[in-house]
Amino acid sequence: MAQQKTADAELSAIISKWKHVEGSLVMMLHSVQDKLGYVPRETAMVISKETGIPLAKIYEVLTFYHFFKLNPPAKCQISVCTGTACYLKGAPEILKEIEKCTGVKDGQSSADGKYSVTSLRCIGCCGLSPVISINGKIYGQVKPAQVKDILAEVEKTGAAK
Amino acid sequence: MNNLVNEIKEKFDKQYSKINNRVVICGGTGCIAGGSMEVYKAFQEEYKKRGLDFCLEITDGCREKSTYISKSGCQGFCAQGPLVSVGEIFYTKVKAADVPEIVEKTVLKGEVVERLLYVNPVDGTHCKTLHDIPFYQKQHRILLADCGKINPEDINEYISHGGYFGLKKALEIGQEGAIAEMKESGLRGRGGAGFPTWLKWDLTRKSQADQKYMICNGDEGDPGAYMDRSLLEGNPHSVVEGMIIAGFSIGASKGLFYIRAEYPLAIERIQKAIDACYKTGILGKNILGSNFSYDLEIRYGAGAFVCGEETALIASIEGNRGTPRPKPPFPAQKGLWGKPTAINNVETLATVPYILTKGGKWYASMGSGKSTGTKVFAMTGKAKNTGLIEVPMGITLKEVVYDIGGGPLKGDKVKAVQTGGPSGGVIPPQYFDMPITYESLQEIGSIMGSGGLIVMDETDCMVDIAKFYLEFCVDESCGKCSPCRIGGYQLLSILNKVTKGTAKEEDLDKLQKIAKGMQKASLCALGQTAPNPVLSTIRFFKEEYEEHIKNKHCPTGKCKDLVSYKITDKCVGCGMCKKACPVGAISGELRTKHSIDQKKCIKCGQCFNTCKLKAIIKG
Repeated sequence: MAQQKTADAELSAIISKWKHVEGSLVMMLHSVQDKLGYVPRETAMVISKETGIPLAKIYEVLTFYHFFKLNPPAKCQISVCTGTACYLKGAPEILKEIEKCTGVKDGQSSADGKYSVTSLRCIGCCGLSPVISINGKIYGQVKPAQVKDILAEVEKTGAAK
Repeated sequence: MNNLVNEIKEKFDKQYSKINNRVVICGGTGCIAGGSMEVYKAFQEEYKKRGLDFCLEITDGCREKSTYISKSGCQGFCAQGPLVSVGEIFYTKVKAADVPEIVEKTVLKGEVVERLLYVNPVDGTHCKTLHDIPFYQKQHRILLADCGKINPEDINEYISHGGYFGLKKALEIGQEGAIAEMKESGLRGRGGAGFPTWLKWDLTRKSQADQKYMICNGDEGDPGAYMDRSLLEGNPHSVVEGMIIAGFSIGASKGLFYIRAEYPLAIERIQKAIDACYKTGILGKNILGSNFSYDLEIRYGAGAFVCGEETALIASIEGNRGTPRPKPPFPAQKGLWGKPTAINNVETLATVPYILTKGGKWYASMGSGKSTGTKVFAMTGKAKNTGLIEVPMGITLKEVVYDIGGGPLKGDKVKAVQTGGPSGGVIPPQYFDMPITYESLQEIGSIMGSGGLIVMDETDCMVDIAKFYLEFCVDESCGKCSPCRIGGYQLLSILNKVTKGTAKEEDLDKLQKIAKGMQKASLCALGQTAPNPVLSTIRFFKEEYEEHIKNKHCPTGKCKDLVSYKITDKCVGCGMCKKACPVGAISGELRTKHSIDQKKCIKCGQCFNTCKLKAIIKG
């Protein structure tokens, strides 16, 4: 209950901060995702009710932009950069290895919510290519053979729990 | 006009003169990923342990003869990070464990720790300072000069390096004076299209309206390019100053940064820079005592490549999905909320302060023909040295790839260089002596683009590269106009056929027909330029396409469906490949030649990578 209350209070704070700023829907959704890791349908409905923006419009924006997530994030979010530099230096092989190690295919999450695997566009670390990022931490110059060890390290440090 | 910036500079210089030396730790994203923040902490701990005086920012509290331990922005040499410099001595690949030795030898005794110096791969010499490293020697760093030196989070240091003096000058010479200076400089948009910056400003200035807007386009989405990220993170105040000068020149009272949400550090640093400006009196009401008032805010991008297009970017800031609209009206007449708006790229804006302080004439003295000044490139791919570089316009690709980049990573041949990302094209070696300008690149079917420069070698398949870029554009097409939406999809399905060996000869003509149709009929630059990688690879590497189509063969072995692995007589029957094969396609007795069952083989290449005797060939 108490948790729900703080969540509600946070949501109202976000809405009242941006409500009167013209064109702030994208910023509002950013704030929600920043807090929750995704934009739940209930939250989108509250935003619609409070701001008068039709729910369809909110979903139009949510689904247009790659950045917004509609489902809760996995505990261990693995992203493989597939920007040009990383692609040339072996990102496809690394992605394949990660899929093999986690049993999760690109763009999906494991049923237990432990892993999610996504291939994403350039994260601007081309000097370190190929690059993967796990829960925001960047690993550079990764070789397929290192994937297993990196995942084990993440597991050990608790990031994946 | 008040003397605020002069006073800040004087005060900072006085405080700075008290410190004895400076340790700079690169705080760019690449080096942070390599552990540079641990190095930063290790320096502080080592100083504490030894009871040595140090400070982390320059204030009145800094003791005499202490060391200033500071972070810097991206220094460009990302592949060699984390980078640390002690005075002039430049160390690469530094780990926290190296810190005690650096303090003991370099800080206290002035000796050099040899093993941390960069070794020139060409002649094996150890490079003691930045200036000894070939990667830096041929560069001409103006925007990036301060980027790797100053503390990006300290407005006072930026001012002491001449920062906000450009703004002061603009306020003194007025809107028309500032635009005249920009005209003389010849600066053209660094986002890729090369539209003269002064003209954009002048058109917006001349539009009559009660409200105008200035926008910074920080939606860098070109895969393989990170110039804007590094500037926003490494020298945020230069971009903020550019935004204020631009806003003043066009008569705007409000400016907005549009930055990718994927660049959290860039957002944080720009926000800190904006806050510092308000606190100092460089933003808000009556800036530097003039009658110009101006506000700056940040809006986040949300991962849509098309939002780099001006009208799509405006739609995104207005809270809508980012789809472009036909031009005219141009943003200079009707932009954000229907008001006149000027939109400039990050690198363009970061150049503005330097032009105002040093003069348009000085800037125009660099470069070649109608392409003046310098350009920042993110050199990546198969070169020995990769990283962020700044070179004068008119430099040749040969100098960039061989002198700065140190040549190809493996082997002795560069197959091509790609510029302009998904909107650009490939440049084969016969053009490496051509000076790089907006015009010359366009003539050979590529574009300057925002600054991605990717070196490709003999192992890269040109059909695969074209497919890679096209997949990107098909994915990022907003879907509003059919030439881009349908054309891109059709191009991609033909390319898929080519890489699978099912394409027919007439498909090559079909590719070119669709591509030219898209260039003419698409609504925005995304669709108009999406076919460029296809057309340019066909132009220069037609035989590679033909090899795929006619002989069902990929010369590089990249296109998996066209590859087969064979074991040659070099095989001694060690059995390594048999163990490595995930599907059991390899058979053979120990110490006799093995063979691969082509029907079972999934072409994963594990056997090829495992064989130490190179007895397995790909073809």
